[in-house]
Amino acid sequence: MSELTAPVAPPAGTAPVVFKQRRGIELVLILVAQSLGWGGYILTGLNRDNAFPAHWLPVTIAWFGVGVALHLVVRWRTPYADPVLLPCVFALVGIGQAALYRFTLDFDKVSEGGRFSERSQIIALFLGLAGCCAILIWLRNLRRLNAYPYVLSAAAVVLLLLPLVPGLGWEVNGSRIWIHLGPFSLQPAEIAKLVLAASFAGYLTENRELLASGGRRLLGFRLTRVRDIAPLLVMWGVSLVIIVGQRDLGTALLFFGLIVLMLYVSTGQLRWIVIAAGLGLGGSLAAWRLFGHVQQRVAYWLHPEDFPDGAYQIITAQYGMSVGGLAGAGWGLGWPYMTPYYFNDMIAPSLVEEIGVAGLMGIVVIYGLIAFRGLRMALQAKDPFTKLFAAGLSFGFLLQTFAIIGGSTRLLPLTGLTCPFLSQGGSSMIANWLLAGLLLVTSHEVRRPVDLVEVDLADERTMTIDVRQLRHLFSGQAAPLLDVPADLVKEDDAAAGPERDETIALPPPGGLS
Amino acid sequence: MGSFAVLTFKVAFLALLWLFVILVALVVRTDMVGRPVKAARTAAGTAEAPAQPKPSRAGRSSRAGATPRTRRPNSPEVLAIDSGSLAGQRLQLVDHVRIGRSAECELYLDDEYVTSKHPHAALDRQADGGWLLTDLGSTNGTFVNGVRISGPRIVTPADTIQIGRTQMRLEH
Repeated sequence: MSELTAPVAPPAGTAPVVFKQRRGIELVLILVAQSLGWGGYILTGLNRDNAFPAHWLPVTIAWFGVGVALHLVVRWRTPYADPVLLPCVFALVGIGQAALYRFTLDFDKVSEGGRFSERSQIIALFLGLAGCCAILIWLRNLRRLNAYPYVLSAAAVVLLLLPLVPGLGWEVNGSRIWIHLGPFSLQPAEIAKLVLAASFAGYLTENRELLASGGRRLLGFRLTRVRDIAPLLVMWGVSLVIIVGQRDLGTALLFFGLIVLMLYVSTGQLRWIVIAAGLGLGGSLAAWRLFGHVQQRVAYWLHPEDFPDGAYQIITAQYGMSVGGLAGAGWGLGWPYMTPYYFNDMIAPSLVEEIGVAGLMGIVVIYGLIAFRGLRMALQAKDPFTKLFAAGLSFGFLLQTFAIIGGSTRLLPLTGLTCPFLSQGGSSMIANWLLAGLLLVTSHEVRRPVDLVEVDLADERTMTIDVRQLRHLFSGQAAPLLDVPADLVKEDDAAAGPERDETIALPPPGGLS
Repeated sequence: MGSFAVLTFKVAFLALLWLFVILVALVVRTDMVGRPVKAARTAAGTAEAPAQPKPSRAGRSSRAGATPRTRRPNSPEVLAIDSGSLAGQRLQLVDHVRIGRSAECELYLDDEYVTSKHPHAALDRQADGGWLLTDLGSTNGTFVNGVRISGPRIVTPADTIQIGRTQMRLEH
């Protein structure tokens, strides 16, 4: 018996992997993460007034209480969730909330446009936390979202159209992307982003094989059939047209990147990237021609000094960052309010002014870690929907962060997007907490231990099928393919030694609970 | 506060931020591959039970090996899979099991002979504890003891169910 034909036990590398829960480590990390936000809040008071902020004790108790509470929900419902996701989110939210508190102290120095309601921001934070808990508690099977790709994409389109409804919609700075709901205003595109990611993932799960291999070949290129790609193009094109119509180019860019990445992940074919690069180039040129807006943004980015009025916020943000330098001026000691939109779009340079480039780099690394863990769980996921959904969510998150931090620090032309978890903006806060909840549930599904079951290796031998049997299939007398007469089965595995029982790992069988 | 105190706190804050980043990176590093578990072997003849995941913590995971709930003493509780990609798996049954390659199925079969568009077949617990097998309009058919079923059919542990390349049996 040669070594080559002998059945071998799975090598060490393929041994089943059991992830530790690591909930204790998560709690420690959450407490460290929360001290960041808390530290910013306390230091603002110390630096400005030489005293702790007015209500520091209840704020401290509430803040750390929230962290421990969410940790307990995770421990209860998703014990195998990724241990670093929640701490990273809390670090960002804490720094963001501390910065927003700090901004309110300068409200006497700014005009009406430079103010925001801190109260609604805190309400949004708690709504977001509640939404995250609701997902952790009630969304047990993520794949349930897979069943309704068309319904979900219709819902996304409705969400995107809401701001155009007269009486409901509301125009800010030339972009009609807001709706009024009683005392609150919402930006439905933030939620639509998550819904659209789920709908793309659902559609691609069902049709990725057709997209990857269907259609005729022409001159070495495979032409995807129109009927395979059309639903996707419609879902995507309609949303894109709406967003562009609302002049929300940042979100349009985000949706474009999202769909391209998901096509690439689901088919593994580079051609989608190439096609998308072509489309993107064409789209950018068209946008350049159609919207004076776009040309302006690029000019402001390349030569802000030539446009002291138009590029005012870019110029002041640059000065702010130069004041901050490596370590920043210290919490509460800068003048970030001099930049228009210092509290939402331009929050990155505002933070650089007070905690320095070293601080912003730390924040960027935390964003990267969140997206990295998301992509990692996409790699580990076993079913295609979870894979696509996790990849789409984390890539969308990464792209948005890159576009807005890059734009506000003048690495890229500025597009109006919120900085996830940091910026002022209720819809963004709620939507991103929902995203965090979805990622936590996904990571629990992916990381929880697989079942150990008995496998008889004798059943795994190569099957030999007599092709003559196939004729029965075509003649309508469908014979089961497995009913192979015993004398037709090659007996080469008899030489393979005694049968062995192995305990191996199998994927958790979905809902068999 | 004096400028020295401001500087101290400023540096301390940044140190804490980067300490957090480093802590997360360390956790990620030790978490990259998880903990390998050796494939436990049960030597023929020894009465040693197969290795189970830690039962106290992994409550959800031990269902395959756990003693079945004695809801109805005569009802088969386990689906044993004899061939196909899941061969060797013994699955605890729920009252309604959809079988197929579409994502909503409770039992997911990775098998090219099974459509990915809709569930292939369903297995339902009856009031008397028996099981009803229904083919949900599949092209390649559902077979019981080698015969393609045309309508719903009661299956017992004596029957062999075949879907695509997967053969399975009910067990108590």
